[in-house]
Amino acid sequence: MTGKKKKEAAVENTREVKSLRPGSLAYVWRRISHDPGAMAGMIIIALIIILSILSPYIIKYDYSTMDLANKCAAPSWEHPFGCDEMGRDILVRVLYGARYTLSIGVLSTAMAIVIGVIIGAIAGYFGGIADTLLMRALDVIQAFPQMLMAMLLAAVFGTGLDKCILALGISGIAGYARMTRANILKIRNSEYIEASVSIKCSTPRIIWKHILPNSLSPLIVSAAMGIASSGLAASALSFIGLGIQAPKPEWGAMLSSARNYIRGNPHMVIFPGLFIMITVISFNLIGDALRDALDPKLKD
Amino acid sequence: MLRYVLKRLLMMIPILLAVAILIFTLMNFVPGDPARIALSQNAVITEADLAAKRAEFGLDQPFFTRLISFLEGAFFHLDFGVSYTYSTPVTSLLATRFPITLMLAFLCTLTMVVLGIPAGVSAAVHAGKAGDRISMFITLLFNSMPNFWLGLMLVLFFSLELKLLPSTGIGSPAHFVLPVICGSLSGVASIARQTRASMLEVIRSDFVTTARSKGISERKAIYGHALPNALIPVITVCGQQFGHMLGGISVIEMLFSIPGIGSFLITSINQRDYPSVQGCVIYIAVTFSLMMLITDLIYAFVDPRIKSNYFVQRKKKEKT
Amino acid sequence: MENKNLLLSVKDLQVKYQSGGVLVHAVNGVSFDLEKGKTFGLVGETGAGKTSIARAILRILPDYATRVCSGETFFEGVDLMKLSATEMQKYRGGKISMIFQDPMTALNPVQTVVNQIAEGLKTHEKITKAEARLRAIEMLETVGIPADRADEYPHQFSGGMKQRVVIAIALACNPELLIADEQTTALDVTIQAQVMDLIKSLRAKRNTSMIMITHDLGVIADVCDYVAVVYAGQIVEYGTLEDIYDRTAHPYMKGLFAALPEMNLDSDRLKPIEGMPADPTNLPDGCKFAPRCPYATEECRKREIDLKEVSAGHFCRCIKTESGV
Repeated sequence: MTGKKKKEAAVENTREVKSLRPGSLAYVWRRISHDPGAMAGMIIIALIIILSILSPYIIKYDYSTMDLANKCAAPSWEHPFGCDEMGRDILVRVLYGARYTLSIGVLSTAMAIVIGVIIGAIAGYFGGIADTLLMRALDVIQAFPQMLMAMLLAAVFGTGLDKCILALGISGIAGYARMTRANILKIRNSEYIEASVSIKCSTPRIIWKHILPNSLSPLIVSAAMGIASSGLAASALSFIGLGIQAPKPEWGAMLSSARNYIRGNPHMVIFPGLFIMITVISFNLIGDALRDALDPKLKD
Repeated sequence: MLRYVLKRLLMMIPILLAVAILIFTLMNFVPGDPARIALSQNAVITEADLAAKRAEFGLDQPFFTRLISFLEGAFFHLDFGVSYTYSTPVTSLLATRFPITLMLAFLCTLTMVVLGIPAGVSAAVHAGKAGDRISMFITLLFNSMPNFWLGLMLVLFFSLELKLLPSTGIGSPAHFVLPVICGSLSGVASIARQTRASMLEVIRSDFVTTARSKGISERKAIYGHALPNALIPVITVCGQQFGHMLGGISVIEMLFSIPGIGSFLITSINQRDYPSVQGCVIYIAVTFSLMMLITDLIYAFVDPRIKSNYFVQRKKKEKT
Repeated sequence: MENKNLLLSVKDLQVKYQSGGVLVHAVNGVSFDLEKGKTFGLVGETGAGKTSIARAILRILPDYATRVCSGETFFEGVDLMKLSATEMQKYRGGKISMIFQDPMTALNPVQTVVNQIAEGLKTHEKITKAEARLRAIEMLETVGIPADRADEYPHQFSGGMKQRVVIAIALACNPELLIADEQTTALDVTIQAQVMDLIKSLRAKRNTSMIMITHDLGVIADVCDYVAVVYAGQIVEYGTLEDIYDRTAHPYMKGLFAALPEMNLDSDRLKPIEGMPADPTNLPDGCKFAPRCPYATEECRKREIDLKEVSAGHFCRCIKTESGV
């Protein structure tokens, strides 16, 4: 009986959603806020951000204060995540480190999207020589894996937060450019654009009302996923010494130095990695929900 | 078929040429003086030593002269120069390392495909049930794990705790177990997700209903009709995951102390050993491009629509 | 009812499925009989539930969405609904087969057409691969496709050719009952005529019984012996072709005929039926057609109307005919 009621409630819910215009912000929000995964993801990310900002005020240790008496100390009430090889509190370092992963993830993705969309839009909209040249250039850049590109660029730029963002941002451009170009070509050749042209819809109106909204949704979805993979790539770069370097409490960098102490001190490698994973999962969950909300084809 | 492959191989040449120019130019801008690093063993480094070392590396030549001689060596003699660190030709350094990386990449790809596709199919067939939900959550975990952390956890558990598997080196087949798991799990997860999604879409399509209406068994309808069609988009993802794995292979090789070109690339970058870096990158680019070609060929093999697109001209010629 | 010639008897068929979180009442208590060698027409608007009736008989409704599929479908005395999945497979494609609506999507894009036809043959008849292939090629020639195109893929065929392949698949095992689901709507007019002629001649040759699903009144008049008019998942009128066309009883059917363009009359505008087709997710109480019916009274909206016999073998679901007026 309760199962039946539940089903009815679910039917009611979707009806309400249906009455909103698909694609409208309210509709997308409504669907996302009913997706437990996406909600969990958003709450976790919000928590991580808040804790990262507040950590200097609520935890009595500083992320850089060394305490050699507590060298490699195991987790305890004093230090819930234990201490690292310099006796620094791992909890506060991990919380502080969220700033690196999140800011690199968000900023490098934003950079890649902005430049990628501009290049893709130029190639897709104008076609001709511009298209050919840009696409051949992308062929070259995509002739080796994205991570390898990021590594090489990181080597050129050197280490540090801004350089890491730059390296990951540039290496991400090609993918977004290709995606935008493909979307624009698909939309441009679609019948509803032809229909708009036939009723003398002005070009800016077509771009604003049709091309933009229709190419936006796949972009939003891949932005959420992009933040996740950029965060992962950033920690990998730091792990191999090309991103952010110790003693900064970046998660990958922390793992890189903790690696040598893995025998006997597993807590040093478990927690930073766990945080990378939780952050990445959260963005992936949001991305999944966004895709379901924005792509009517996949709706069931 | 052969003509198409040849055409694609010819098209790779200008791209690789551009890759070579790009990588050479990038290396030119890497901060740090290779001569100084090469001489860092010496207690005292004099200006004369540095100048001599630079002349030895050819760094005293202007950029374009060096670029031309590099391209000439690489494309006409398959010679990438002499390693700054080891003072031996890069090609011979790579000759021992490249097969190891290739082996690792092959094993990882095999694992991804062999585990990912069946996992995705079974999740799709049991869509909505507990098993499906659990396996989808697990794939999400695998997808979100940094591979180096996964590697550390594997070492912690299987090598240090259980003492089952070796954690470094390449002495025996057992040495490859952890690196392969580490390198393939996220690919397994991505392939499983894509397979599941496209199976779910294809199972609902009209032609599967047609197949059912013929009276064949549900098994045949799913595996004979839905699966071959569902695999078409999975091929793309397999290609992507191969690239992803190849990009991350440096991290895995470094983590498990595997003497392949991935770990060699990292040390070469840190040593500012430009010829070695250039060699590594070009080897990886060639491998990657060949793999993309193979992906396209598999595509054509599976999907007759694409096949006729590629090979239609030849057929027409045959007919006339 | 105890008729020796009876091939198929459908009783109180109900189909409900879920779409986008809403329950769709696709078929609401449909019953009809079909004699051997006869052609039965199911006519109605798009979304009236005609295809769901056909798929329910063959039990090929999509199981991910279907919530309810009940009733009885006696085929040669056997209730298909009660058969196990494997027993049902023997009927599907063997004794009963179906021609699908959209030839563009009904064929497997990665299989040659000959293999798609041979597959059914191999399943139902004890023959070798080579024999199945030969029979499949024969079948292709029967539907007018030259044998040298047998090993091509669906994308190499035009729409009309694909529909011929779909027909060949359906007829491969000499079914006793053929369900044709709007087999011509996706084709252009000249091809439509060719396909119809093909179906008619094949039917004449093999004496196959048919259920013809269409919204094309011309097709019905052309081939059907009996006709059921479906509205909102219910049969609203049922009778012989003459009953329906010459002694139309139900206001819906009258409206449909009134909406037909007539060549000899010089009318400027067509007369459409007012309003929108009933929403199967939210059906009105009482007569489903009442909201659009020019004769509807208060009573029509209050209670369910039964299907009543107006003359021998001619049934109508309308309050006006119910009382025998």
